[in-house]
Amino acid sequence: MTLLETEPVAVSPVRRGTTPRRTGRGRAGYFFVAGYALLLLAFGVFPTGYAFYLALTNDRGQFTGLNQFVKVVQDYRFAPAFTHMLIYLVMWLVTLVVLVVLTAVVLRSRVRPGTSALFRFLYYIPGALAGVASVLVWLFMLDPDVSPVSWLLTAMGLKTFAAVLAPGNLPLILMLIAFWTGAGGWMVVMYGALNNIPDDVLEAARMDGAGPWRTAWHIQIPMIRQWIVYMTIMAFATGTQLFVEPQLLQTASLGRVSPTWSPNQLAYVYAFQQGDFNGAAAISVVLLAVGLLAAGLLVARSNLFKLDEK
Amino acid sequence: MTQTAVFLTAVRRRIRPSRTLPFLVVGLLLALLLLFFVLPVIWLLLTPSKTAGEVVRDNPLSFGSFHQIGTAWRHLFAFQDGAMTRWLRNSAVYSGGSLILTLAVSVPAGYALALTNFRGRKTLLVITLVTMIMPQATLVLPIFLELNRFHLIGTIWSVILPFSFYPFGVYLVYIYFGSSLPRDLLSAARIDGCTEWQLFSRIALPLAKPVVGLVAFFSFVGNWNNFFLPYLVLPNSEQFPVQVGLNQLLTSTPSFNPVAGAGLNVTIPELALAILIAILPVLVLFVFSQRTLVSGMLAGASKE
Repeated sequence: MTLLETEPVAVSPVRRGTTPRRTGRGRAGYFFVAGYALLLLAFGVFPTGYAFYLALTNDRGQFTGLNQFVKVVQDYRFAPAFTHMLIYLVMWLVTLVVLVVLTAVVLRSRVRPGTSALFRFLYYIPGALAGVASVLVWLFMLDPDVSPVSWLLTAMGLKTFAAVLAPGNLPLILMLIAFWTGAGGWMVVMYGALNNIPDDVLEAARMDGAGPWRTAWHIQIPMIRQWIVYMTIMAFATGTQLFVEPQLLQTASLGRVSPTWSPNQLAYVYAFQQGDFNGAAAISVVLLAVGLLAAGLLVARSNLFKLDEK
Repeated sequence: MTQTAVFLTAVRRRIRPSRTLPFLVVGLLLALLLLFFVLPVIWLLLTPSKTAGEVVRDNPLSFGSFHQIGTAWRHLFAFQDGAMTRWLRNSAVYSGGSLILTLAVSVPAGYALALTNFRGRKTLLVITLVTMIMPQATLVLPIFLELNRFHLIGTIWSVILPFSFYPFGVYLVYIYFGSSLPRDLLSAARIDGCTEWQLFSRIALPLAKPVVGLVAFFSFVGNWNNFFLPYLVLPNSEQFPVQVGLNQLLTSTPSFNPVAGAGLNVTIPELALAILIAILPVLVLFVFSQRTLVSGMLAGASKE
């Protein structure tokens, strides 16, 4: 079953039938969720509403309709920021899904269990280096002066650090960093999901004459599809949030990379350099809409596929 | 096909000669990935043992000396009168404080969503799911403004309170209780005269250890590594967590910032050491909880 399944776990129907809804149990329920509900209101519901309110008003609190959106969309930095994000997202999601699923299948079916456990662990280690730490490590990996693979960089015609950090290379660099820190964890998760497929299913496929690759394509991958969708949603959500990575690369490139490379950076500049919180909120709302729309589509589509099968 | 024929086909497949090619491809894939994942880590471990000059001149994968690690250590902790120590302590306070709050609110909430019935339960669940897939960073700015309105900017609550809100944790607990705690057990205890609080604290909570560990791990790691929120709400270097501190170290390193970094002792080896120290708590947790994490995550995800 999927992690995003909305079907609630039903309360025992017998109890529900014999007692009215608000009994002692009901009040206990309120007590148990009170703290969480408060935080949900304060840091989930309210900020979302506040972002919408700010995006629809000006700095004096007057309702201005969609003016803020028109303003930020027409900003000359808006289109590049969203284009950068889009290019990065496509590269990152394709690489992540293809390599993670492929590696998990290989580790599950073509490598001895002990060796596979070792590989999974080694791939998993960089996961501890998130955020600033991972960017710093990659700044060094990409600096031909200190990198252990400087021969590779030189062979690719990148002789100086500045050449590596050329603005056009940024999506690729960010993809490398994201893959380095995130992919190992997903490989472990996918491997676990593959492990949950009953042996007799795989045995039956073998009996029918399917080789390892056909088994993977027709049986294993379809059976872990829910996990692949879940990974894609999560990776998409993190991808739309790019802030610290381009921000640090901008610092390190001594200003050659734009300080408004990603939408979140643009929102940051709006809020803290231009003092325009309404414009910043409008960008946040656009990002939120993009993220929710994509996640919603993926969830709906993956469920649709499931219905088609039956 | 008869049974024998099937068996023979299977045998033939096993021994066909083309097996060497896939084997090479598989080996190459795993080896390249291994290099990609592990090489930067090895470089990072070796670099604090060298001087800034040696890092540039020597083989990137050579070891310098233990003496030099000590020197880098002294330089790093002397930076701005021991800023590194303060940052680490701040990170511990923020991550630890919000961890306690997260567990205190998420576990009862997940339990109640799974096993009690109250008006608004379904609404709460749906909102939780929506917030889970919402890109959290888009809410950082509105949260900043909200905190500003309540005069919390610059206080530790401006970090701890937003960190404590963790819908994914609530959802994990909800799935766990919904799938693995038999309702009969609770009914029986209820008939025996247990109060709702006793049901939760004496029966449900002891059974929830795996999922509590899972939520604690994800929440701690996420908060320890968080950059955007503390970067916005903490104006003062005294209050930075280590992630924001690393950013400040970067802008003070001569190789990345020749002007500001001139005359300071923070160079590449010190920076590498700072990275290692900053990730150490997370790394230790990773190593000790790898197995539990994966089994827990999958147990939480499938509720057949």
